Formats: sequence, structure tokens, C-alpha cells
Amino acid sequence: MLSRSFFLKILSGALIFGAWEYAGRVGVNYALPTFLESMKALIDMTISGLIFQAYADTLRPLVVGVLISAFIGIGIGVWVGLSEKFDWLISPIFIIMQAAPLAALIPLLIMAYGIGLTSKVFVVCIMAMPVIVLNTSVAVKNTPSSVKEMARSFLGSRKDVILKIIIPSASPVIFAGLRLGVSAGFIGAILAELKITPTGVGDIISYSRMTADYPSMYAAIFSIILLAVIFLNILEKIEDVLFKGNNQGYIS
Amino acid sequence: MSNDQIENAVTVKNVYKNYGDVEALRDLSLEFPKGQLTSLLGPSGCGKTTLLKIIAGLLPATQGEVLVNGQPVNKPGPDRAFVFQDFALMPWASVIRNVAFGLELRGVNKSERESIATKYIKDVGLTGFEHSFPHELSGGMRQRVGLARALSVDSPVLLMDEPFSAVDEQTRRKFQEDLLNLVKNENKTFIFVTHSIEEAVYVSDQVALLLPRPSRVSEIIKPSSFKNKDINSIRKDSEYLDTVERIWKSLRSYVE
Ligand SMILES: Nc1ncnc2c1ncn2[C@@H]1O[C@H](COP(=O)(O)OP(=O)(O)OP(=O)(O)O)[C@@H](O)[C@H]1O
Ligand SMILES: [Mg+2]
Repeated sequence: MLSRSFFLKILSGALIFGAWEYAGRVGVNYALPTFLESMKALIDMTISGLIFQAYADTLRPLVVGVLISAFIGIGIGVWVGLSEKFDWLISPIFIIMQAAPLAALIPLLIMAYGIGLTSKVFVVCIMAMPVIVLNTSVAVKNTPSSVKEMARSFLGSRKDVILKIIIPSASPVIFAGLRLGVSAGFIGAILAELKITPTGVGDIISYSRMTADYPSMYAAIFSIILLAVIFLNILEKIEDVLFKGNNQGYIS
Repeated sequence: MSNDQIENAVTVKNVYKNYGDVEALRDLSLEFPKGQLTSLLGPSGCGKTTLLKIIAGLLPATQGEVLVNGQPVNKPGPDRAFVFQDFALMPWASVIRNVAFGLELRGVNKSERESIATKYIKDVGLTGFEHSFPHELSGGMRQRVGLARALSVDSPVLLMDEPFSAVDEQTRRKFQEDLLNLVKNENKTFIFVTHSIEEAVYVSDQVALLLPRPSRVSEIIKPSSFKNKDINSIRKDSEYLDTVERIWKSLRSYVE
């Protein structure tokens, strides 16, 4: 079963990269290099160490922003899910945050927090937090009432009900939100580097675009996608280990 | 009054329960003698689960009161354990954790609660499935997990909401016999909801027939003479058969 899904992943990768290579060769666009050219540029960057320096810069706001979004986002989400009052108060803020055109907010952030790390962390948070909060609160609200009732009848305190019933029951959906939030955080991190100050991977992308070094540009884009995919897979593995029963089908 | 406290483990006094516009219980009064098994028998949707949850302290009554050992109750307590109609298992927890959950919430340490849980898992015939998850079990097996969980907290009052509805006939008969032995040997009070007239007559000291919604008690039947007979001959006893027939006649009038 596992080997089959692994095989399918490889196949879908091969299809996409094959199409990319083909599109590059027939010259769909002068700015589109082939897959192999991009990979060569990536290898060059790896050997020269350029890519590692870039990620040292890019990962800082990303990791800080994602961690803040995860902890605060899940916290707020649980709180909102438990209390109707806070739901009314807080949820609209995150719905607006999710819908707001981020690029338009960036000048405001720069005005308020300058062009340093703080602004970039903010961009990551604005991207990542809403989906984490909204998923968490929905999951908490949808905890089956019969299991909560069961815990109460066996003398569970409010705290027991939250920690032993609501959180585990909500965890698959919370993790799904976390995965979406992390992907959005990656987008936010790159966006911040393109829109605020060009550093890290964003710098490679904008610099190589200016010098028309398209293979390097695509290599940088490719590397960030690769990193995101690897990270999401790790998250999935963590989820598997933490909540064994939950992933194997849900019963009422 | 003090006599009443000794005689009845649970007393339901003039209880009303409305869900919005739906009137589930209307002026229901019923006494549950200590150490006996009382069945609630009534049409689907008449409010049996509602009554059990009010006794459990999970739902507030709209009016009226419930006394457990003479004390009014409004919240769950260690003196009552619940077997849920829909099992209410935690899908993320193994069988043994589900069974030991009541003890876990009472702060019993892990090795002790697991050894208690293991015993009750054995009693309900699930040995070997301790580390399975609920989705790996059949419906009847899940129901037995819920049963073991309620038994393992050793409460003096057991509220059982159709506890054998999903198990096969053989297991059901075995459980009915086990239940009779429990009633005989342990001084526990059982409140037992069932849809089977035969089952109710077989296991009960008293059977309360409930009217359709809004529910009250229409009749209380106390099968007695065959209680002391050998377990295997009850089903052939003439009073047993007469009682089944009589209850069926009463209930049939609602169906028609
Ligand atoms: N949470 C609720 N909200 C609104 N109405 C409810 C609720 N729970 C139960 N009811 C109503 O109260 C009535 C009694 O329900 P209850 O579950 O107690 O019936 P029951 O006798 O246990 O039925 P069954 O034998 O089918 O389990 C039903 O008509 C049902 O529609
Ligand atoms: Mg019911």
C-alpha cells in the first residue's frame, strides 16, 4: 500500500518534470528554461553554498512566523471554538485577514515596523495564521457531543474534557489547518522577500530575473517548493505518530 | 422518609423535560429499589435516554427532582456509571484506554487501572483486543467496550441504555445471565433500557412501561416467582411467559 502510493508520487513527479522539460525545449516562452538546466543551476548553487546562505536568511522569518502562527493560532482557535462570545468577536478578524490583499498591506507594515525581520514575520503570520485559527475553531466546535458527555459522566473536569476529548478529537482537522498554514507561510516568506527587502531566496529570484539568468530563478523557486513539500511530509509523519487511531478511519 | 432512603437507590419525582417545544417527559415519577434491576420499556423516542441522562446528571430536568441515595443530584457523580446507547468511544484511543478511561479521570494510576480494565475486558469477551482501536472492532464489540468501561468504575448505580442491542443472540443471552448474577451477587442497582420484552422480563425485578411522548409511567410490573429458579428454566416458566404476554398486550395498544 505504502509502496504503491510512493510509486504514484514518483510517477506524478516524473509527469510534471517531463512536461516542464518538454515545454522548455520547445520554447513555450523565452524565459522558461528546461527542467535539466534548472537542476544544473540548483546544483551549482548548492556547490557554491549560495543556496544555504539564502535559506539562512529566508528561514528565519519563516520559522519564527510559522511557530508564532501555530502556537498562537491553535490557542486562539481552541478558545474561539469553546466560547460563542469570542467566536463573534475574533472570527471576523481572521476572516478579513484571510481575504485581505496582502500586497496592499505590506506598505503599511513597512511604515509601522520598518523593513527588518519584524515586518517579514508579520507577513508570514498574516498568511499562515487565519487558516490555522479557523480550522482549529471549526474542529473544536464539531467535537461529537456524545464523547464529551461520556467524559462528563465519568467525572471529567472541564480541563479533562478539553485536553482529553476536544483536542484529540479536533487534532486531524487542526493538523490539516497547520499544513495549509505552513504552505501559506512559505508563500508569505517569499512574498516578504520580494516586496520588503530582497534577501535570501527572494533575492536570488529577483536578482536572477534582472540578469535574465532564468535557470537560477527557476532553481530557486523549485528549491522552495521542494522544501515546502518535505516539510509538509514531516508534519504528516508527526501527525501519524501522535494520533494513531485517528488516521485510520473515524467512528462515531 | 428515612425508610425510603434505604429502600430506593434512585427516586425520580415529578420530572418534566422539554426540548424547546418538544415535550419529552411529563410528570414522570419512578422509584428504583436498591440492589434491584429496573427495566424501562417503551416506544422509540418516548424519552428513555432522556430520563437516564437526567438521572446521570448530564441533562437538567425542566421541573422535578432526582434523588440518589436520598440526595438531590444535578451533576454526574461517582455513584453512577453510564452505558451509552451510541457507545461514545474515543476513536483515537485503544480498547484498554477506553475501558480504563473512567478510572483515568478519577486519577487511578496507570498500572492499577489497566489491570482492572484487563479484568473487565475479559469479562465482556474482548481479551486479545486490548490494543485494537474502535474502528477495528465490530459494532457489538464496540458496545462491549462501553459496557466494560462502565463496569470498571464499580459504581453502585448502573445506567444502561440498550447495552446489549448490538451483540449477537448467543452473547446477549450470556450477558443476560451474567447480569442476573451481578444483580444477585453485588448489591448494585441497575437501570436498564431495552426494546426487548423478553429481555426485560428475564432480567428485571421490576419493569416500568412508559407511555409514548410525553412520557409517564403507565404500569409497573414486578415479575417475582421465577426469580429464584434455576437460570436455565426461567424461559420456560409459565409466569415468565404470562408476563411477556401481558406486557405485549399493553404495548400493542400504543402501536395500534
Ligand atoms: N438534544 C435534543 N434536542 C431536541 N430534542 C431531543 C433531544 N434529545 C432527544 N430529543 C427528543 O426527545 C424525545 C425523546 O428522546 P430519547 O432519546 O430520550 O428517546 P428514547 O426513548 O431513548 O428513544 P430510543 O428508544 O429510540 O432510543 C424524542 O422525541 C427526541 O426527538
Ligand atoms: Mg434512547
